[in-house]
Amino acid sequence: MSLSVEPIADPAAPLARRNPVAKLGAALLFTLPLILSVDPFTPSAALVVELLVLPFFGIRMRLLARRLAPLLLAAGGILVTMVLFAGERTGATVASLGPFDVTTGVLATAGALVLRIFAIALPGIVVFATTDPTDLADALVQNAKAPARFAIGALAAFRLVPLLGQEWRALTLARRARGVDAGRNPLAKLRLFASTAFALLVGALRRGVRLAVAMDARGFDAGVPRTHARVQHFTAPDAVLLAAALLTGLAILTATMLLGFFNPIIG
Amino acid sequence: MGEVRLRGFGWRHAGRRAWAVRGLDLEIRHGERVLLLGPSGAGKSTLLAALAGLLPEDSGESEGAIEIDGLDPRKARERVGIVFQDPQTQLVMARSGDDVAFGLENRGVPAGEIWPRVSDVLDRVGFPYPVNRSTAALSGGEAQRLALAGVLALRPGLLLLDEPTANLDPAGAGLIRDAVARTADPSTTLIIVEHRVAEALPLVDRVVVLEPGGGVRADGTPELIFAAYGDKLAGEGVWVPGFSTPPVKATSKPADDLVRVMRAEVTNRLPPVSLSAAAGEVVAVTGPNGAGKSTLALLLGGLLAPTSGRVEAFGDRRPPHRWRAATLTGRIGSVFQNPEHQFVTGRVADELALGPRRLGRTPEQIRRTVDDLLDRLRLTRLAEANPYTLSGGEARRLSVATALATAPRLLVLDEPTFGQDRRTWRELVELLAGLRDDGHGVVAVTHDDAFVRTLADRTVPLGEPAPDPLPRRSRP
Repeated sequence: MSLSVEPIADPAAPLARRNPVAKLGAALLFTLPLILSVDPFTPSAALVVELLVLPFFGIRMRLLARRLAPLLLAAGGILVTMVLFAGERTGATVASLGPFDVTTGVLATAGALVLRIFAIALPGIVVFATTDPTDLADALVQNAKAPARFAIGALAAFRLVPLLGQEWRALTLARRARGVDAGRNPLAKLRLFASTAFALLVGALRRGVRLAVAMDARGFDAGVPRTHARVQHFTAPDAVLLAAALLTGLAILTATMLLGFFNPIIG
Repeated sequence: MGEVRLRGFGWRHAGRRAWAVRGLDLEIRHGERVLLLGPSGAGKSTLLAALAGLLPEDSGESEGAIEIDGLDPRKARERVGIVFQDPQTQLVMARSGDDVAFGLENRGVPAGEIWPRVSDVLDRVGFPYPVNRSTAALSGGEAQRLALAGVLALRPGLLLLDEPTANLDPAGAGLIRDAVARTADPSTTLIIVEHRVAEALPLVDRVVVLEPGGGVRADGTPELIFAAYGDKLAGEGVWVPGFSTPPVKATSKPADDLVRVMRAEVTNRLPPVSLSAAAGEVVAVTGPNGAGKSTLALLLGGLLAPTSGRVEAFGDRRPPHRWRAATLTGRIGSVFQNPEHQFVTGRVADELALGPRRLGRTPEQIRRTVDDLLDRLRLTRLAEANPYTLSGGEARRLSVATALATAPRLLVLDEPTFGQDRRTWRELVELLAGLRDDGHGVVAVTHDDAFVRTLADRTVPLGEPAPDPLPRRSRP
């Protein structure tokens, strides 16, 4: 188990180098209107826009695909759930799996849901993949006026994340050395997993406390206004990015309504 | 700046019956360089935390007075810098330069002054990389150098070092001592807590010995202190220079091979190596950081599969990494570098009972094994304690005891003497020598020259690691 937290894109790409707060804000403003409607058109249009914008983030496709892998799993889960539990089974029957009729209606609903997941998750994934965590924390403090105690504290904790992977491996090996293994018993496996996770948590807490003490010893709780060694600028193009994201999201929603696909999530 | 004055100072952590330190009268003048000594539990680390202003008023009870330049240490925080043991929990940022800048930002140093000061202090501690070097890519010694730089950048009048080399191998410890010596500056008062006295002595001009019950036992120049108190300190576990232990080597020939490693290799971690270990011998595996010593220990312990080559043990057709855990623990005991990784339960006694229970021993047998091990490793008093609350020496003794509980014939240890005081060190050496003489095989991965000289019957040196692919910091 290894966790990668490095950005996977060319940092000089025109959109990748925008202010991190602007990128994060743009992702939120673009996706929020899309949540309002459950239909296949809205996410499809959003995905088209997202794929058109993607090259400007300079992201490497192979690495992006790897980050999207968990979404494929979620998509598979939705398909299975819909086939098993869908209430309305309209349309022509495509296949019969025992008692379950897989109809075109079921497939259409499942497809819409899968599209929706991708359309909403992709902007967030792209933003985090093209943003250095340090830059994000700096921009949150300097441009979004987030408290440094929160943003820098979270950043310091984030630095310890890859250590968790090493720690997990060491704990697993140590348990085997102590004669603890689960064999083929699923219940024992679950118990072993829980006890290892607990040990990992205890270790992480102890480390977190030590880190917090070391940070305060270097004046993190000094109470004087912090200065900034690395300056983050929020400029006109960043404001344009925010506005463009919001307008595009609203435009897609408007098109959905005009074309009669609108299907509100509430009601 | 950096004057310390204690009058009858004492501190008791909330919820504890005993005082961590008590009755301390001590004056340290501007620019003095003091080594603080005392057996484990004398309150050295508590005193440093108090001086650093890191003991909040509501976290315990204090008595007497403690002052830095006439101020309460909690109000003199910007005059004091402290470096702790573990480099991993002192670094905050992802890039080295940013980490040094972190403290300067906190103290409100104007942005324009930050980077010149960062670059200056990195040069002073001899940090060899550019400022954008990832802090995750540093070795322990390099990371600790960076932590020292982060503290020195704040220009403290009082510098406190709390066992700064305890978590480092000898090369890393050398880097830190070298950096402290380079940055020595007559305007900074220095207080060091360090087990390895011989290495710290060149850095100090005064030694203060704390008495475990409270107060100061001795105070003076290193020569005077060690002439008068050397024996007593050595007996209490302090690494006093000039005290060596007589070797304890095997008296009979080793018996049959317990484990054989044949041209085993682990991609990117261990180049091909062949090695065997027999009953009745202690084999030391030595070599620089990154040579794959710990990986070899995992191979020998049946915890990792080799990418190519073979590992054979106990005449079993299957290699150790394919054995069930219960079989493994009955044959090979592994002791990890970090004792805490090894603990599975919430009680010391349960920890020892776990292995025998897995092997299906009777309750009576288990009770006898547990009592015997508690007694042999001086842990009886702690039988009910939570393993995570033990001191470094106690945790190490428990981790060895857990591996012995199933009476495996082969014992594999990764840096067993790391950061231990002299007393625990000697106990470990005697215990391992006794096991060997009873016909056990012992393989120890170690950096500890004294351990190798005293105990090892055979040494297997591993090669140099691959060269660092990243460019070094260019210096004007």
